[in-house]
Formats: sequence, structure tokens, C-alpha cells
Amino acid sequence: MQTTTVFLVLLALSAVGFALGRRRSQQLAAAGPGMRGLHSLPKHYGYMAALWAGLPALFLLVLWMAFESRVLHDLIVAELPQQVQVLPDSELGLYYNQIVSHAGGGSSAAQLDEAQQLAAQRYQGLVHTSSLLKAAMVALVAVIGGLLALQRIAPALRARNHVENIFKWGLFACSFIAVLTTLGIVLSVLFEAMRFFQSIPLTDFLFGLQWSPQMAIRADQVAASGSFGFVPLLVGTLLISAVAMLIAVPMGLMSAIYLSEYASRRFRAITKPVLEVLAGVPTVVYGFFAALTVAPFIRQLGESIGLSVASESALAAGIVMGIMIIPFVMSLSDDIINAVPDSMREASLGMGATMSETIRKVLLPAALPGIVGGILLAVSRAIGETMIVVMAAGLSAKLTINPLEAVTTITVQIVTLLVGDQEFDSPKTLAAFALGLVLFFVTLLLNVAALYVVRKYREQYE
Amino acid sequence: MNSTNSRQDNHDTTAIIQASLKKRYAREKRFQWYGRIAVLMGFVFLFILLADIVIKGSPAFTQHYIQIPVHLEAEQLGVDPGSGSEALYSADYQGAIKSSLRDLFPDVSGRKQKRLLYKLISAGAEYDLRDMVIANPELIGTRTDLWLRAHSEAGSYLKGQALADTPESERRVKDLQIGWLDSLREQGRTQTRFNTTFFTQGDSREPELAGIKAALYGSFFTLLVTFFLAFPIGVFAAIYLEEFAPRNRLTDVIEININNLAAVPSIVFGLLGLAVFINFFELPRSAPLVGGIVLSLMTLPTIIITSRAAIQSVSPSIREAALGVGASKLQTVFHHVLPVAMPGILTGSIIGMAQALGESAPLLMIGMVAFIMDVPGGVTDPATVLPVQIFLWADSPERGFTEKTSAAIMVLMGFLIVMNALAIYLRKRFELK
Repeated sequence: MQTTTVFLVLLALSAVGFALGRRRSQQLAAAGPGMRGLHSLPKHYGYMAALWAGLPALFLLVLWMAFESRVLHDLIVAELPQQVQVLPDSELGLYYNQIVSHAGGGSSAAQLDEAQQLAAQRYQGLVHTSSLLKAAMVALVAVIGGLLALQRIAPALRARNHVENIFKWGLFACSFIAVLTTLGIVLSVLFEAMRFFQSIPLTDFLFGLQWSPQMAIRADQVAASGSFGFVPLLVGTLLISAVAMLIAVPMGLMSAIYLSEYASRRFRAITKPVLEVLAGVPTVVYGFFAALTVAPFIRQLGESIGLSVASESALAAGIVMGIMIIPFVMSLSDDIINAVPDSMREASLGMGATMSETIRKVLLPAALPGIVGGILLAVSRAIGETMIVVMAAGLSAKLTINPLEAVTTITVQIVTLLVGDQEFDSPKTLAAFALGLVLFFVTLLLNVAALYVVRKYREQYE
Repeated sequence: MNSTNSRQDNHDTTAIIQASLKKRYAREKRFQWYGRIAVLMGFVFLFILLADIVIKGSPAFTQHYIQIPVHLEAEQLGVDPGSGSEALYSADYQGAIKSSLRDLFPDVSGRKQKRLLYKLISAGAEYDLRDMVIANPELIGTRTDLWLRAHSEAGSYLKGQALADTPESERRVKDLQIGWLDSLREQGRTQTRFNTTFFTQGDSREPELAGIKAALYGSFFTLLVTFFLAFPIGVFAAIYLEEFAPRNRLTDVIEININNLAAVPSIVFGLLGLAVFINFFELPRSAPLVGGIVLSLMTLPTIIITSRAAIQSVSPSIREAALGVGASKLQTVFHHVLPVAMPGILTGSIIGMAQALGESAPLLMIGMVAFIMDVPGGVTDPATVLPVQIFLWADSPERGFTEKTSAAIMVLMGFLIVMNALAIYLRKRFELK
């Protein structure tokens, strides 16, 4: 039986459990102490029976689905001829996949040997048994769970507390998903990166000045053996981020100052949402804009004054990234400038300072830690930004700090290494995970530092 | 003596201040102007960005058609006049179009010229013709004027995009073709129509046949998965953290995790999806299911943080009143707090969904960059989403795809504007309460 069918049957059983539980509590109440004698509302007894019927069976179903393919694999492989069993893992995997696809009606029998055809029949049989067994077991567990719950129903049973406890655990599980996600990120990236560092030494990665991840496919090929020096990527990433910050920080900061200190309430009410539209534009749109409009424009501009500008210059990607980050810097600095106590403003103005003197000599020094924190967050955004650089920055890793040349970034390399071919064991694809590891930790570090600085600053004025 | 001195000093100081005031006021003015310029620049950037896309994209909503007298000889089509639709389905319509074009321009000779001539009409025109004939089999054996879809290069000349003053070698539309197109236009044999193909077809190698329907469906299925995962999980997590979580280490760890996840680059979520969902759990590649799961993990922090703020802003009197009449904590939250907080929660969720709709980097990692012609029928079919379709088209060298890219961006931005407007409307209503 299909998993969805089993699931629907399970839902139906739970519903039956709900109805039975509610009726039983009502019957008990009518026979004995009356409705007031029940500890909880009848529906709570219903919920309890439904949960007892549904949850353990659902758990079993999930476990079954998780392990079914692995158990089947082991059972089939154990029955294969000896000479097949000793094949290396990748060949055995291919052999096994042929069996499975034949059993599913995917490929014709002509391509398979006799042992495979036998195994395919056996596989079909096993899948059939497994699905029947799965349905039967799930139904059985659901019925037993429901009956146990029904058995326990008594007027004094604290069904509401019981049900609510289960719900609370469910709520906790939902919030724990955040922890699981972080754990998943760290483990998956770390695990693959460790496999990468088994073939490429860590020092070569961290201090190498060459990045050319093309590996020779056969050992006797003359092609470059592939070098995985991470420095050019880091320099390229920092170069583009620096250009972006040169655009975003002055513009974002000045906009925030103007809007919070000078602009009228109405002007601010209209302007702020309009500028925030820039933050809502999808990054792929910025990438398109950078690659097809800004880059050719800068190239022509450079040529007209006699400079040679690469068509995928760091400047174009950086400028567009800067535009994207303006609203981010603006709203962060806006919050921080508004958090400076008015008494400081008034004291300075009262001494005869002009508004701009107050801003430069009083507000900004007071807000500086917060602004630095905001800038750190913006840098972390710039480093992790992907689509703009994938579309507008280069692919070749050049070690340069000239913004008119094409450079590549960490995120660009992750995308180019992983899109397309998917051989999961070559250092080439594993390198992407090593880069992901670096990216994750660099941005994490920047975020933690920024949050720390901002929090410290807030405490100062609270 | 002393007093005259100090008066003198005073006078001097006033003079100094008077002199410096001018400078200080000038500096004040300058500073204000810096601020104005910064705000103005932001507006200018936004305007250029939007104008650039609208100017590049609007031609994509029209499609040129060329009228050609087509002879549908049964012999040439390879069908009998009375044969059924199956034979009509596989008949040689391309040959019919080609010979009709040759008849229209009898002085065309040589393979090269002929090939240029055939390139006036889209490769998809034969399918249009096929559908016409199947719908109306009496056309066979007649010579009718039919409107056929123009090739994208010919179309771009007719739209006035390919200029005749650039050297021929740099142009896709050659001088010969321009001559033919001009004469067709003079005879009134060209026509502009609204480009319905763009909304009713999937991706194609030919710009004039490419559409966003498959990508729209892919986006829809992906967002569906994202919403059904991220919304309940996010709201439940927010409820737990606001109403039930004890103040302890574990709660702190969860909160720190949520704040950090909000700032993790989106591409890292793609790596997670690739390593965990595709390689470990062996879920199908390129499927909206995996895309939706990855995007829901990405939008969870946004939804949790905004939902927490909404739950926090519910007045404590509501909680106390519910608890006072004997509701349990859970009943209080689900029956009384949540309904009041719902507009705020929905606002945050819509903003999170808008983020997910515009996101493309993590989806590249899990293989949603495939060339998808067919509209996906479910969450496990191979699919692509609108932003990734934009990325794919932006990479194509054909000029026709540039305008398709911009047009797809216009559609995407349209959806985002609607979603954000809805969020703002909900927030406004929420604030009124």
C-alpha cells in the first residue's frame, strides 16, 4: 500500500479514536457522577484517545520509511552471488540500482544478467511484503494505542493536563528545529570539508595563492592537478565587499541622519518605505542589473577615459551590491541614532552648536559602537551574497586588489563547483563544502561580534 | 583699565564668533545637502533599476506575426484529405511553410539565402499550423493567408530594436532579411499581438516560444511546501518561546540559534539541503519538495521573530482574564492570545514568503536549475522557480532572452509588490486595533 494511503488510514483511525474517547467519557459521566464529575471536557478525552492512537503509529511509519530502503538493500545484496558481493562499493551500487530500476519497470531485461533479474523479482516481492507489513503494523499499533487510551478513561483521569503536556512537547519540538538546523548545517559542512582536507592539506587550502579546481580525471592526464589555495577567493570577496561598503555605508548613514534629524515627519513617512523597496528587490534582479546594465556602462566609461575595464569587473558587482545594502545600513543606523538620549542632543544644541556639529561631535561618537555593529552585519551580508556575484563577477581566481579587474568570490566558487556535475567524491565538489564551512564561520563570527557590540551599546543608554 | 580690556576682549570674541558663524552655517548647509544627496541617490538608483527593467522587458509582452499565403497541399503534407487527426499530427508542416515562403519571395536562390528566409518564421510556427489544421481540416488543399509567429530576431527588427546602422556582421538580422521584412510590412503582412505564449508555455530554446508558466507553477509548489512547513512550525516555536519556555540554558541556546540562523547566508542552506536532504535522505533532486523544505528552514527565523513580537504585544489583561475564568495555559494561548496576535503573525509570514519567493541561491544547490519545458504536476516533479528561470535566461546569449528576462522580473516584482502590500494592509489594520 502507498504511504499516503497508510497515512490517511492512520488519520481515520485517530478520528475514530477521538469519537470513541469522547463518547466513552460522556457515557461514564452519565452512568456515574454526571458531567460535573468529569475532570476534563469530553473532547479532551477524545483528543487523548486520538493522540494515543496516532502518535506511536506515526512514529513507527516514519521509522519504517527511513530504514526500508536500507534493509531492502542489505537483504538483496546478501543473496547476490559471491563475486558480485566483493565488488567495490561504487560498482555494487550501480549493480544494485539496475536491479531496482528494473524492478520498478524502468529498464528492459536485456541489459541485466540472470542474477540481477532474479534479484529484481525478489526485490519486487520484498517491496510488496514490506508495504503490506507496514500497513498492518501501523494499523495494529494505532488500534492498540487507541484501546489502551480508551481503557484508561475514567471521570477522575486528568485528560486535559495529559493532552496539554503532549502539546507542549510538540511546541518545544518546533522550536528545537532551529537548533537541529544549525546542527545540520555544521555537521554536513564539517563532515564533507573533513573529507576534502583528507586529500588536500589544510595549510595548502588556507595559505595557497592559486585556485584552479580543475582536477585531472585520469591519473595519466597532463592537466593541472588542481590547486585549492583559498587566498585569491578571500581577496576577491573582500574586494567586492569593500566596494559595496564604500557605497552603502556613507549613503545609508547619511540617509539615516537626514531622515531622522532633518526631514519632516511627512517626508520621512514617504521616503523610508520607498528606499526600503531596494531591500525587497530579489538579488537575482540585482544580478541581472549588474551584469547587463552597470557592467557595460562602467566598461564604456572606463574606455572613454582610456582605462581598460574587465567586462566582469569587481567594481560593477560591488556597486550594485552596495545599492542593495543601502536600506539595510540605513534602518540599522536609524534605530541606533534614535536610541541616543534626547538630553544629549538638547545639551549640545543649548550650548549653541549647530545641528550638524551636534550630529558630528555628539550623536555620532555616542552612536559609534552601534553603527560599527551595524556595519559588521552589513559586511556579513555582503560576503554571503551570492546571486549578484554569480551573475556579474568573474570565474577565474585572480589575486588582485584592482577593482577594474575581474575577481571571483567564495560564493561564486561554491555555485560553480556544485551546479552541473554531481560526482560527490571528487575534491572538486568537496571543496565547495570547505568553502561553505569558511563562509559559515566567517559570517557567524561577524554576526556574533556585531550582536555583542550592539548589545553592549544598548546597555550603555538603558 | 581692566573693564575696558575685557570690553575690548568681548568685542573681539563677538567679532570672531560673527566671523566663524558664517563658516559654521555654511558647513551646516553643506551637511544638510550631503543628507539630501544621499536620499536622492537612493531614489535615483531605484528609479534607474525599475526603469531599466521596464524598458527592457515591455517588448516581451508583444509578439509579431507575419502573414503568409500558405498552400496546404495534401501531397506535400504527406496526408490524404480524409485522414484522421493522428496522420495530421505528424504531417510535414515545416515543408509547407518553407515552400510558401519561397513562393512569396520567388527571387531567393541558394542555400544560404533560403536559410535566412526560413529564419523569418519561428520554429514553433509549424506547431501553430498543425493545431490550426487539426482544428479545421478543410484547410487542406487550399491556399489561405495565415498569420504565423515571427522568429525572435525578425521580431526584434520589427519592434525597432535591431538598428540598420550597425554593421551587418554585428547584427543578427541580416540586410536581406531586413529587405524582406520591410516589404512584408509595406504589404501589411506584419502584425503585433499580445504575447500569450509567455504565460502559457514552459521554457524553450527559442526566445519567442519561451514562457514562464512552468516556472510559475514551480514557484507555486515550492511556496506551498514552504508555507505548510514554515508557518505552523514558526508559529508553534514562537508560542513556545514566548509563553512556555522556562528561563534556562536550553532556551538560551534555542534563542541564540534562531538569531544566528537569521543571518546565515542563504547559500549555506543550499549546502545543507544538498548534503542532508538529497544525499542522505535521498529525496528527489530538482523537486519543489526539497526546495520548499530548504526555503522553509531559511524563512523560519523571520517567521519566529515576527510572531514572537506579535504575541508579545498582546495585552496581558487578555491572558489574565482567560486564566481567571479557569482556562488552562494552552487554552489561553490558542483561544485568546493567538487570534489577537494573528494579523501580526500573518504580516511576518507574508514577508517571509516574499523572501522565499525571491530567493534563488539555495535552489541552485539542490538542482532546481534544470531546463524545464513541462509544467510540474506536483511537489516531486522536476521544476524550476521564477527567480532561477530569470537567472537561466539572463545567461542566454540571444537578444530575445534579455527582454524575456526583464519581463519575468516584472512578473516576479508584481507578485512581490502584491504580497508586501497585503502585509502592509494587515499591519495597518493591526495598528488600528
